[in-house]
Amino acid sequence: MATTRILEWLGRFYIVLLLAFLYLPIMIMAAMSFNASPFYQLPFEWTTDWYASLWQNDQLIAATWNSIEIAIITTIISTVLGSMASLALYRYEFRGKKLLQALLFPPIAIPWLITGTAMLIFFFGVGIGRGLVAILLGHVALALPYVIVVVAARLQTFAPELEEAARSLGANQLQVTARVTLPWIMPGVIAGGLFAFAVSFDQFVVSYFLSTPGQTTLPVEIYAAIRKGFTPEINAVSTIIIAVSMALMLLTARFFKFGGEK
Amino acid sequence: MADQLAIGSRRGLRPALPLLLPAYLWLTVAIFLPLSAMVFFSFMTDLPLAGKEWAFTLGNYAAFFSQGLYSTLLLASLRLGLEVTLWCVVIGYPAAYVLAKVLKGRSREAIFLLVILPFWSNGLVRIFSWAMVLREGGILDTALNAVLPFKINIDLMYSYPAVIIGLVHSYVPYMVLTCYLTLQAIDDSLIEAGRSLGASRLQVLKRVIIPLSMPGLIAGAALIFVPVVGSFMEPRILGGRTGTFYGTVIEDQFVAVFNWPLGAALSFILLAVVLIILALAAPVLRRAG
Repeated sequence: MATTRILEWLGRFYIVLLLAFLYLPIMIMAAMSFNASPFYQLPFEWTTDWYASLWQNDQLIAATWNSIEIAIITTIISTVLGSMASLALYRYEFRGKKLLQALLFPPIAIPWLITGTAMLIFFFGVGIGRGLVAILLGHVALALPYVIVVVAARLQTFAPELEEAARSLGANQLQVTARVTLPWIMPGVIAGGLFAFAVSFDQFVVSYFLSTPGQTTLPVEIYAAIRKGFTPEINAVSTIIIAVSMALMLLTARFFKFGGEK
Repeated sequence: MADQLAIGSRRGLRPALPLLLPAYLWLTVAIFLPLSAMVFFSFMTDLPLAGKEWAFTLGNYAAFFSQGLYSTLLLASLRLGLEVTLWCVVIGYPAAYVLAKVLKGRSREAIFLLVILPFWSNGLVRIFSWAMVLREGGILDTALNAVLPFKINIDLMYSYPAVIIGLVHSYVPYMVLTCYLTLQAIDDSLIEAGRSLGASRLQVLKRVIIPLSMPGLIAGAALIFVPVVGSFMEPRILGGRTGTFYGTVIEDQFVAVFNWPLGAALSFILLAVVLIILALAAPVLRRAG
């Protein structure tokens, strides 16, 4: 038994090491965004200058607004369309259903490099071209499968007898959906929406291929800045982004456990 | 009558169509048509735009097979994918085991969330944060020199190990997640039974735990290997000049060299490789399903 206890403590220690590996670089980046030296020199000297100078950087601010706008529109469209599709896949039996479910896999599994370049070629070919519209088209398509899968997971816990009961009590299809089904799957819909927001807000690869100099998103702008050379300003904006996206996922976790149930 | 209607409305594609069409049309326009267009395009000599001359050709694929550069880079990317996946197994599997079998209750929930949280935060920014740690005069360099009695120079930035570290950092939560899901499904009494029948810890691990968690390992491996083979941003930022891989060459065709047909062909070859790998992993995953 003594060995078991030692092994368990080693295990706990190991988890601490892993968490350090995962979080230290992020924390260092956050700390450096408050350091006065533009070359990340120590000793540490507190400043908020880099955050102040962010406000002067019109290009970054424009890109940030684009990112937020696109993420919000993506969330709305993909949550509505995705929940509808998820409901249909749950409610109806038809031939080809398996295929439709399987088709959700490629957008998730195919590397974004391939999807992104394919979109670039196609959108150029049909005249949509590059820019915010193209980015939005792409983001919704990337977010849709996540929404459908997350809402479907919630629907698994829904008893179909409830719909039957409501219908036999005289409710029509629309009433059943609005008054019985939707309230039940709401946590899944909200989680799916938050996923969609995160997919869009953090998306770099696809946005990168679809953006033009004036019409771009924050991650693309950051990538360009990194390749030009590191500055504490990128640190500051990166720290903000990581704080936002982690807060968002914590929020999602409240509504949807990622298979973390006991 | 009402019952018949209710049941009747659950069969057939027609009532489902209005709900399904918008989502699948969108996926068709933004994913499936583009992928088909890419295949079509990879057989062309030039962009069929603005009255440019173009013709069908196999030249783009011939370029891949005749110029050793591309296949060498594809092999380098496959090797990178393999190495990153192995490191993720080595680092992630024990962590998943501790989470599933050692920690209990609220602390397990909290730590599980902490482990997978970075995965859903901005990947580009996390890669960038490593640049600060790994460069000469960076944090790792300064910290080690402050502790160690002798002077060493740590300058991992713009090297192959830097790319590996960054990618493992990006993808290890995936492995923890998939392995955790299969490990926590293993009944503890199976492990106890093995132990009480006289098997050593190592034997239980080899004969019970690893075989039963294999689906999680394979799912994690597929989910890591595929995007790593197609990675380009991570090698660019952390690898510098040593960071030329198959993904970065594809990126160049689209944003620097503007040889889109060649880029499409290279992309399609990558897609084929990826699909073969997923197809190989699929039977194991379906059994786990």
